[in-house]
Amino acid sequence: MSTPFEELKTRALKRWDEFTSTEKAWIRIGGGTSGQASGADEVFNSFRSTVEKIGANANVSMVGAMGLMYMEPQVDVLMPDGVRVFYGNVHPDEAKEIVTQHVNDGKPLLDRAFAYSGGDGTTTGSLPSLDSLPTMSFQERIATRNFGETDPHDLLQYIARGGYEALNRALTEMTPEEIVEEVKASGLRGRGGAAFPAGVKWGFLAPSTAPIKYVLCNCEEGDPGAFNDKGIIENDPHTLIEGLIINGYATKSTHGYVFIRTGHNLPIEAARKAIQDAYDVGLLGKNILGSDFSFEMEVSLTGDSYVAGEETALMEAIEGKRATPRFKPPFPAAAGLWQKPTNINNVKTLAYVPEIVRNGSGWFKDIGTETTSGTAIVCLSGHITYPGMYEIPMGMTIRDVLEKIGGGVSEGERIKVLQAGGPLNGLLGEDAFDTMIDFDAMSEAGASIGSGGIIVGNESTNVVDLLRNLIAFNQFESCGKCFPCRLGNTHMLEILDRMCQNKAKPADLALIERVGISMKAGSLCGHGQLGFNPIASALKYFGDEIDACLAGELPAPGVFGDGTMILPTRTRP
Amino acid sequence: MTTADTKQSSALRVEIQRILSAQKQPTITILSSLLAVQDSIHYLPDEAIKETARFTGETTNEVWSVASFYTNFRFTPPGEKTLDVCWGPSCHLLGAQNILESVHSALEITEESESPDGKVTLKYNTCLGACAQGPCIAIDHRVFGKQTPETANKIAKDLRGLKS
Repeated sequence: MSTPFEELKTRALKRWDEFTSTEKAWIRIGGGTSGQASGADEVFNSFRSTVEKIGANANVSMVGAMGLMYMEPQVDVLMPDGVRVFYGNVHPDEAKEIVTQHVNDGKPLLDRAFAYSGGDGTTTGSLPSLDSLPTMSFQERIATRNFGETDPHDLLQYIARGGYEALNRALTEMTPEEIVEEVKASGLRGRGGAAFPAGVKWGFLAPSTAPIKYVLCNCEEGDPGAFNDKGIIENDPHTLIEGLIINGYATKSTHGYVFIRTGHNLPIEAARKAIQDAYDVGLLGKNILGSDFSFEMEVSLTGDSYVAGEETALMEAIEGKRATPRFKPPFPAAAGLWQKPTNINNVKTLAYVPEIVRNGSGWFKDIGTETTSGTAIVCLSGHITYPGMYEIPMGMTIRDVLEKIGGGVSEGERIKVLQAGGPLNGLLGEDAFDTMIDFDAMSEAGASIGSGGIIVGNESTNVVDLLRNLIAFNQFESCGKCFPCRLGNTHMLEILDRMCQNKAKPADLALIERVGISMKAGSLCGHGQLGFNPIASALKYFGDEIDACLAGELPAPGVFGDGTMILPTRTRP
Repeated sequence: MTTADTKQSSALRVEIQRILSAQKQPTITILSSLLAVQDSIHYLPDEAIKETARFTGETTNEVWSVASFYTNFRFTPPGEKTLDVCWGPSCHLLGAQNILESVHSALEITEESESPDGKVTLKYNTCLGACAQGPCIAIDHRVFGKQTPETANKIAKDLRGLKS
């Protein structure tokens, strides 16, 4: 008799064959929030109706975004001969041409395509292979392995590509203790920003014999410039769900929550459907895959609050209260959600877990650097030629990521400033571009991988104006619990406003530093403790520009010519 | 309060009670309840605060403390459509301030509020999650990227039914 998992796998492989091993072509359109923003829905609808109208022999699917966001809306066609051709920046009106010529006549539009995969290249002319593109060749895709390949709403497609094998292996061959040891041995460090070893953290919760224990997945991701957590959930939700179930098994927990901010509808819908589908086939609920392990999971939504991403504030939000941080100790492993033992991990951390369990800790440990194993999922945006989401091995330098993958800024220009790791982390100038992407090296340079967002500014960027934008964000998002953070951010924003309006005095520099020191000393969570980081790093890398601004030598930024900025007026009472 | 007001208020109460009881997820809290109400009727009237308090067994004071904390909650009916414009650092570098200014002019307002005809609510958003396509705006949570002051102005005017 076959096991429940073997039965699922058989169904899954049959389903995958329906898409890939038939006489039918498979047209895949990259979705996700970024795809949507570029018009992918219209492109998808156009392809679907074109295929119906002219009776072409093709399946059409909206799949996860591949990450090459500069190419969106992105469409690819897999023909029955196994050759797949990729088209970028596709307009809905092009559907007819692509379907008739490529699908029906078997002639890909080679001068319109940007890459191919599969086959020996004899039918695709001078097109480069997908793997040879710099935006792909430097990547090492683990957490993002299914991006662009599978329909995120189809559980069977995930299973067909090796999904839930790790969970099955964990439940049938490994004890919870062995999994904790495996995660420890892999060197996986938390991807939420603090970089704490994940296995060690899991080990804090595992020994507790409490009848109810929680594992939480943090996808608050309010950091502007970061979209990889939401990206994983909307493009391949099951990799997270599987990781969270394994997290639950390893720590002998009973309940899991996926915590997402309201309004981000694509990741919310994807997570909800994935959880429901997992329940429907026995991957969640009582006696998972016929084992002794039972585990419940649900999506928990938060309202708009950046601080809700702080782990203790997150627990307050799940409990339905104001998302303000708690005093520690007690730590979550002792008394967390509803005072029960709790473990919290970031989406990316959990997304690696299935592949670590499937391939072994040694495999993961070999990727990346000595102190930071694995990959970083970087989100490039701002003034960069090839914006997108790229999973790179730890240890690449920032410069390589920007130039080799990102294609630098426009011809003849240079990159002036980076904002990496979210608005509580620093700005980086060119002196820091040779820093390796690795938790320790980045932190020495005064920045952080943090959220994985890297916002790129070209030479036109006014550093003081960018700083004001970051501090305005931090001020707007302060939860208000600790007054040094609540008032300090407001005070710093006032000073930066004066600087932008050429009304600042040199003494303001000492003042802003004093405010920063007070915030660091007097705040309960990172929001206040790290709030001075952007300014400290700007002083380090762009001190001359700040001096020039204080001396009134720089033109006032902004749209009104007087240095003022349009900002929300609402504050938290 | 007139009789008509009372009637309207009691119809609203019934509707809110229906929304609160229809929550599907196992964990029901003040926050989940308020999110459910706002999701359905797009704002939190006084009745929502009182009914949520009753439904969750908490005080109205506690419900207000949650409602006033999260910046997505609003307490007056919004316009027919909500237009979010991102002002986060990534979109900022790509010209978000110019887009805000242009949308202000299309909506004839100077801050987060409703256009005078009540058709559009403008919100400033810290990040819409599609930074690679910036600058971004969203209409009722649907994101549109690569905006210019001109395209955003046209979208805002179209939402008001005005010719650009």
